[in-house]
Amino acid sequence: MVSVASGARSPDRAGAVSGPAEASAARSQDGVLVVRLAGRWHLKDGVPSTVPIEKELTGEPPRCVSFDAVAVCGWDTSIITFLTRLISLCGARGIETDRSGLPEGIQRLIALAEAVPERQGARQAAAAPSWLARIGLAVLNLREPVRDALAFVGQITLCIGKLLRGRARYRREDLLLLIQQAGGDAIGIVTLISFLVGTILAFVGAVQLEQFGAAIYVADLVGIAMVRDMGAMMTAIVMAGRTGAAYAAQLGTMKVTQEVDALTTMGMSPLEFLVLPRMIALCLMMPLLCLYADFLGIVGGMVVGGGMLRIAPLVYYNETAQAVHLIDVAGGVFKAAVYGLLVAVSGCLRGMQCGSSASAVGDATTAAVVTSIVLIITACGLFSVIFYVLGI
Amino acid sequence: MESPSPTTVTNGSAPHAGAPTDPTAHITVRDLTMAYGSLVVMRNLNFIVTRGEVFVIMGGSGCGKSTLLRHLIGLNEPATGEIWYGTENFTRADPAHRQAMVQRFGVLYQSGALFSSMTLAENVGLPLQEYTDLDAAEIREVASLKLALVGLKGFEDYYPSQISGGMQKRAGLARAMALDPEVLFFDEPSAGLDPISSRLLDDLILELRNSLGATIVVVTHELASIFAIATTCVFLDVETRTMTALGPPQELLRSGGANVRRFLSRGEANGAEGRPHG
Repeated sequence: MVSVASGARSPDRAGAVSGPAEASAARSQDGVLVVRLAGRWHLKDGVPSTVPIEKELTGEPPRCVSFDAVAVCGWDTSIITFLTRLISLCGARGIETDRSGLPEGIQRLIALAEAVPERQGARQAAAAPSWLARIGLAVLNLREPVRDALAFVGQITLCIGKLLRGRARYRREDLLLLIQQAGGDAIGIVTLISFLVGTILAFVGAVQLEQFGAAIYVADLVGIAMVRDMGAMMTAIVMAGRTGAAYAAQLGTMKVTQEVDALTTMGMSPLEFLVLPRMIALCLMMPLLCLYADFLGIVGGMVVGGGMLRIAPLVYYNETAQAVHLIDVAGGVFKAAVYGLLVAVSGCLRGMQCGSSASAVGDATTAAVVTSIVLIITACGLFSVIFYVLGI
Repeated sequence: MESPSPTTVTNGSAPHAGAPTDPTAHITVRDLTMAYGSLVVMRNLNFIVTRGEVFVIMGGSGCGKSTLLRHLIGLNEPATGEIWYGTENFTRADPAHRQAMVQRFGVLYQSGALFSSMTLAENVGLPLQEYTDLDAAEIREVASLKLALVGLKGFEDYYPSQISGGMQKRAGLARAMALDPEVLFFDEPSAGLDPISSRLLDDLILELRNSLGATIVVVTHELASIFAIATTCVFLDVETRTMTALGPPQELLRSGGANVRRFLSRGEANGAEGRPHG
């Protein structure tokens, strides 16, 4: 005779009957294995192991397995789990089971679980492919997104062509609202970030330049860095997290709620109606925000210069004005417009590619921000090379 | 199919060529096979929707009803086969022609699909703004009229999020009707509605058919709706992946194939003795 039990026996329970779940097996003379179940079977106490009873089955297989559940004083899914496990073990060994000793409710639930055979092919293949195969699959899976992205860029280009010929259809009210969202509403965060970036640049520069007694060149450093690169890039990154993500979420949700389909079946192109105004808004607003960020970055540098290095604001201003040329400003503003385009395109692309569930919208938003930032940094690197070659 | 009745559809497709000649045929679907990649959803669909009828696409969950609707309105492309509207080939139409054809459709999506950033009047007015020369005041007037037709008078300046699901559906219908379409498509009109709202929507569909003379195509699995509104039904069978019945619902319940009778009688018995409806 073997027995298994789960959970700790609590002394305050009245007797063995209401104790924890117990299962024991005993052979009767005519080759029947009687499984005795007792106690309180609750999922929170865990499901007792079937291993000891399994041993009884493997040694000299019994003719039949029957159950005695008289001592069970409470049960839930845990007893069903235990019994179905046991029954399938018996089934695999060709041993019959006699369930008449079980309460009627348990018998019915087990019958229900067995009623519909497993559908062929319903179980997902569990075997994980080797790492080499996974790399191959990942590359193969890239084909479709890349093709989609290229198609999207192509369609966008056609849309821009239509826009230039004045034949694109979108709502002017939408455009104005989007311009406000991408422009005025972003002033606060751009102010904060660019001011702080200016102070950080000034701090880093001040510590080094002070050693040479060249503290005044902090103004040159901050001015050139902000105007040529940091102003445009920091604004772009803020806009990627703010507006690019919003575009992906808006368009993704519109796909989920079939609003994009509704536009299509009204004969209106979602690209013209939804994507184009968003692109225009960001491409118009990014250069302005960039100019503003440049200015605030320089102000940040001036504050550090005045507070830490005792450089008078006017001196700081003159030094900056001498160092920064118009071509630097123009280059930065041009970069900002390109970054704006990249943020809008990746936000809208991810939104339009969105699947049809709430989690897909989340994925689209994440992907939009990641794509924009990757594109911004890549473009920034390319610009550095191109501007260097052109001598700007 | 053991039943020799005229409602049973054979899958052997007859050779077709050229435009449909039947003048009463509004939508002609020929040898349509729908697939997502290599996964075939339905094959060999052949049916004609007559002008001015209420045509119901029915079938079990996941059988491809909504996919068929998406093909009919051009959101999905057929794997093979063609869809004709009157004597115009929808499947082979160039983008500009297709856009012109699409403007004659009205579609009510399952969730209404109202543009959440616009008020109801703006939603209904959008197609008018795009495709007519009406000025803003006239557009607003027409939009109010369409909203009144679906029982939403006075809700012009509400946003979709401020009204109930049933009202959103009716507003979606008002938008679908904005340009007086020749065909109205309904995707699961009763999904998510209580029995009374659902019944009211059915009545509205019939009323529109009678007063506007539009052809109406409805995707639904709601038996009460099917018996109340359908003049013709097509039954998409999930097991054989094709259509197995075409005809008026009462007739299909009496003498259709075993699957369609089981469907129309909620799985009770073998159909013929299932409770007659209505």
